[in-house]
Amino acid sequence: MAASMNQTLAAGAPASRNIVGSLAGIATIIVIGIIGYYLFPNNLALLTRIIAIALLVLSIDLVTGYCGVATLGHAALFGAGAYAAGIASAHYGASDPLLMTLIGALAGAVAGLISGLIILRAHGLPQLVLSIAVIHLFHEAANKASSWTGGSDGLSGIAPTALLGLFEFDLWGRTAYIYGLALLLIVFVLLQLLVRSPFGMLARGVREDPLRISAMGASVQSVLLRMYVISGVVAGIGGALTAISTQVVGLDSLSFTLSAESLVMLVLGGTGSLYGALVGTVAFMWFEDVVSAANPFHWLTMVGALLIAVVLFAPRGLYGTAAALVQRVKGGRA
Amino acid sequence: MSPLFEVQNLNKSFGGLAVTNNVSLSLAAGDRLALIGPNGAGKTTFVNLVTGNLLPSSGTVRLAGQEVTRRNAMERVRLGLVRSFQVTRLFYEMTPEEHVALAVLQREGKSGRMVGRYQAMPQVMDEVRDILHLLGLLELSHLKVREIAYGQQRLLEIALALALRPKVLLLDEPAAGVPQSETARIEQALDKLPPELAVLMIEHDMDLVFRFAKRVIVLAAGTVIFDGSPQDVTQDARVREAYLGSYANVGSAA
Repeated sequence: MAASMNQTLAAGAPASRNIVGSLAGIATIIVIGIIGYYLFPNNLALLTRIIAIALLVLSIDLVTGYCGVATLGHAALFGAGAYAAGIASAHYGASDPLLMTLIGALAGAVAGLISGLIILRAHGLPQLVLSIAVIHLFHEAANKASSWTGGSDGLSGIAPTALLGLFEFDLWGRTAYIYGLALLLIVFVLLQLLVRSPFGMLARGVREDPLRISAMGASVQSVLLRMYVISGVVAGIGGALTAISTQVVGLDSLSFTLSAESLVMLVLGGTGSLYGALVGTVAFMWFEDVVSAANPFHWLTMVGALLIAVVLFAPRGLYGTAAALVQRVKGGRA
Repeated sequence: MSPLFEVQNLNKSFGGLAVTNNVSLSLAAGDRLALIGPNGAGKTTFVNLVTGNLLPSSGTVRLAGQEVTRRNAMERVRLGLVRSFQVTRLFYEMTPEEHVALAVLQREGKSGRMVGRYQAMPQVMDEVRDILHLLGLLELSHLKVREIAYGQQRLLEIALALALRPKVLLLDEPAAGVPQSETARIEQALDKLPPELAVLMIEHDMDLVFRFAKRVIVLAAGTVIFDGSPQDVTQDARVREAYLGSYANVGSAA
């Protein structure tokens, strides 16, 4: 009896710690969001852009960090969301921001399914090459279909209506920022549930040893493809947020550069943790903004130096390394 | 009654080399069969053919009345043929509890659930604890697998297999790499396997084979050269030749 109670307690403790941890995480995002709003009232467009990219980086984390798939073509999912939301508004008058977000999420899911079906046929380096091919194909398709996408001039004429019929998207980007923050929070909470669910555990298993997963009778391909579609939804929402907030969609949203940069952000923050994705995005984009303003000629050099420093001295990324340190300190005390 | 698991005239050749040569064997519920043979006898190939990781050149594999010769590894697992690995294949960043929970969830068709946590599913947790307890791993259930000893990882391999509730269990060298002092724990674990489970063990450690198996099959150069009781295997002239031949070589080299 006493033994079984102890077991229950032992099993219950990490669970309640997890809940406290996620609530603290959500609170942190809200607090940082509010601080950002008041600290940089003239820079809300950048902050909204950071949120959109954070969604893309979270989406990469799902397939790369949690499932071990190497990809340099993930902007395809983001760009698909951006273009779909943009086209819905510019060509079809579907300008309700919630509807545009939904369309972006759907388009991201479809793009996720398509790229997943292609990329998941290979492993390792060939997989990486396939992902690069995918992003180039998406990019080229958007470039050629210029009557729909505006080609290299970009897609304009996007005019989102007031959010919930109440909040106009203002010139300062306040509505867009708050909407973006709300989207990020919702996605973040749902993803936390996802990564702790049985499916999340299965995905981690796939990353560590796919052969063992199939020896358990589970289909590795099916796990990866499902995760790719989910990841497409997340990236698609990020893309739609860009279309709504900037009211233009350019080919850069479907670019290899964006794919590679967001992978770098993930590595910078730390793969395999949702917080790592957020920390990496904020750190990279903030650093890029500060350094490019301070020294427009050498900012890329500085960004490169930062990356080298992180990879050499904090190989698990900023968040991963910090978390490991905290763990060690705690372990030392216990 | 047809046997639970049946391999008939299985052949596999790579190029001109016949690695598996007309191998037949069958297992009924509760059987304890050991498959032994010198290095290069074709044991690993046989395991791969049976589990669906390799396709045979000819022959059939039947499981619980169904022919599975062309079915893939996953389908065979779902039909009740579960294997353990010669070199542990575990998730090193996950805990023993998570491992067994994942296997239980998979068996129950719940591993694809995207909300909820296994810790909140009392049925799953009860079973996970029972299995970990059976194998003496309960105290380690919250450690990461990379932090536990190799012998315990081997036990976790068996725990994972049991959590899938197989009809036929294929143990690929369950004691491989385990220090002599710890093989007793593996043996205890093997003793606790459900009595109705049909077990095919591939093993090098002859002591373990003699203690565990009721029947022994000896494979040499891809061919079955002996099928009988553990008592008779050491007396068999062909087996002695297959083994002593290699020992004699070792002797002359030394």
